[in-house]
Amino acid sequence: MTRRLSASSIASHLVLLGWSLVVLIPVWTMLINSVKPKREIFRNPFGLPSEFTFEGYVDAWTAGRFDLYFRNSLIVSIVSLLLILFLGSLAAYALANWRSRLSNILYIYFIAGLMIPIRLGTINLLQIIISLGWNDSLLGLIPVYVAMGLPIATFVLTTFIRSVPGELNDAARIDGASEWRVYWSVILPLIRPALATVTIFNLLPIWNDLWFPLIFIRDQQARTVTLGVSLLFGQYQTDWTRALSALSMAAIPVLITYLLMSSQFIKGLTAGAIKG
Amino acid sequence: MAEIRIENVFKYFGKVTAVNNVSLTVHDQEFVVLLGPSGCGKTTLLRAVAGLGLPDSGRISIGNREVTYLPPRERSISMVFQNYAIFPHMTVYDNVAFGLKMRKADKAEIDRNVRRAAEMLHIEEMLERFPSQMSGGQRQRVAVARAIAIKTDVLLMDEPLSNLDALLRLEMRAELKRLLADLHTTTIYVTHDQIEALSMGDRIAVMRNGEILQCDAPTTVYDQPANKFIGGFIGNPPMNFLLGQVQRHNGSLHVQVGDYALKPAPIYDSELKRYDGQQVVVGIRAENMEAMSQPAEDALQVRVMVVEPLGSQTLLTIKIHEDIIKLATHPDFPAVPDQDIWVRFPAEKIRLMDPQSGKTLLSS
Repeated sequence: MTRRLSASSIASHLVLLGWSLVVLIPVWTMLINSVKPKREIFRNPFGLPSEFTFEGYVDAWTAGRFDLYFRNSLIVSIVSLLLILFLGSLAAYALANWRSRLSNILYIYFIAGLMIPIRLGTINLLQIIISLGWNDSLLGLIPVYVAMGLPIATFVLTTFIRSVPGELNDAARIDGASEWRVYWSVILPLIRPALATVTIFNLLPIWNDLWFPLIFIRDQQARTVTLGVSLLFGQYQTDWTRALSALSMAAIPVLITYLLMSSQFIKGLTAGAIKG
Repeated sequence: MAEIRIENVFKYFGKVTAVNNVSLTVHDQEFVVLLGPSGCGKTTLLRAVAGLGLPDSGRISIGNREVTYLPPRERSISMVFQNYAIFPHMTVYDNVAFGLKMRKADKAEIDRNVRRAAEMLHIEEMLERFPSQMSGGQRQRVAVARAIAIKTDVLLMDEPLSNLDALLRLEMRAELKRLLADLHTTTIYVTHDQIEALSMGDRIAVMRNGEILQCDAPTTVYDQPANKFIGGFIGNPPMNFLLGQVQRHNGSLHVQVGDYALKPAPIYDSELKRYDGQQVVVGIRAENMEAMSQPAEDALQVRVMVVEPLGSQTLLTIKIHEDIIKLATHPDFPAVPDQDIWVRFPAEKIRLMDPQSGKTLLSS
């Protein structure tokens, strides 16, 4: 069996290995340089550090106020994601279960959001946010991110909810569940893998977004991690240790989320629902 | 007391009339089977009673309450689905308890009812399992247990056995029948399997093209089908049909099939007069003909084409005039292909039908 598979599997593993290297080398360089003394970064950028120092991390966290930026980024990302998952799954439940001309138009409206980049509307968004007085505040970022994430969430979740056998909803309704109960006790647990997909899909662009904080936020109190990191790269000088430490820390929440959610992909939760 | 009254119900899907002016009364504690080929509207009608698909017009009441447009949870019904429809993310216990929890029953009551239902379906050992760890037959038991855990007025079943293999179906059929007799609920049971309908129902409502053609006790539906479709749909082998002509011999009316003159039962006399000289369809069940190996009075000589021993009976394929029909004999009956036998048609077992409409000449 191993011999028969070898030709194609070696080729595909080579491709995957190569791709992993392309992705991992910059991450590795970032990590080792973040724990080096300042001068060594330039003298020996790819070698292992001669002595470990967490000066950069401490420096970024305290003096650089990354404690504040992290808190801001976490609040924005978590609140936006929860709203995207909640609103997106409710919309998807409605779109999947009540088919009519209107629901088709709404569905296409959501799909259109996938194709039109939200940044095209930046100036209008800025006007709206300013008129609401939400600029310089996290409140201004959250609705924009929710709008940005809803199309993909609605699209993925609608497809998923349509694949849940209708008898399950009917059975719950017969047993006395209200529509809300059907959504909460039957649909939501069954679409957990899809919710995980949507979470990962939306976390990256929200966590990494620099565009909207750069435009909406000036107050230090409302800066996000990416905005904070961008400010470390000065025109004349850059504190590399601090910048690389901040970047390394910024990668951690995304990594943790991915590790937590990826197990959900594997679970085939709908198995055994109905006769296949 | 829960009588289900369906009055003049219509349901359309686009231009298709799925349920066409159906009226049916299911008495308290009665077990009525909706039987028909796929696409005849039986499931649509059941869903209208369940509240899962509202009728376009008509009235449905359960007990003394009109429920036509009420949501399912206000109808005091429970239902078993063809695809089991048990929740894969819940244990068997939680599945069975779901309805009770929705009704906000207290913990002790939930537990008592779940265990009672599980015991009735013999799944008390599996309460902690998940559906994916169970076989199809066990899942269907869970589905039935969930439906009977809440004591509702009405139990609806939509082809509950059709996903099981033949042996399991046979076993579950008898078990369900006993179970339902113990429960004393009013039941509507949808199936396309005529054996299931005959063996389980107090009454069978035969449907086709959205209409109920006949609603009677199983033996009546079997022996006295209201029309040709029902005779051909129910029974294995189906009822035989021969084309004959009504003729007058010596003042009395006969049905002439080829060169054989059938004398129908006297109750047909008045109806037959209207068909004098015209064609009628003669319907007779395979087991109602008498086969003999010797010539006898009133018997028709026919040639055996095929012999099919089925164990409990032997099926003979014979040709009478233009029509090829099946005849069931005792397995000991000596018959070989291309042999001549003699067949007698007992007058009281013959059904006469109109060749155009298919309707039985006698409306019983």
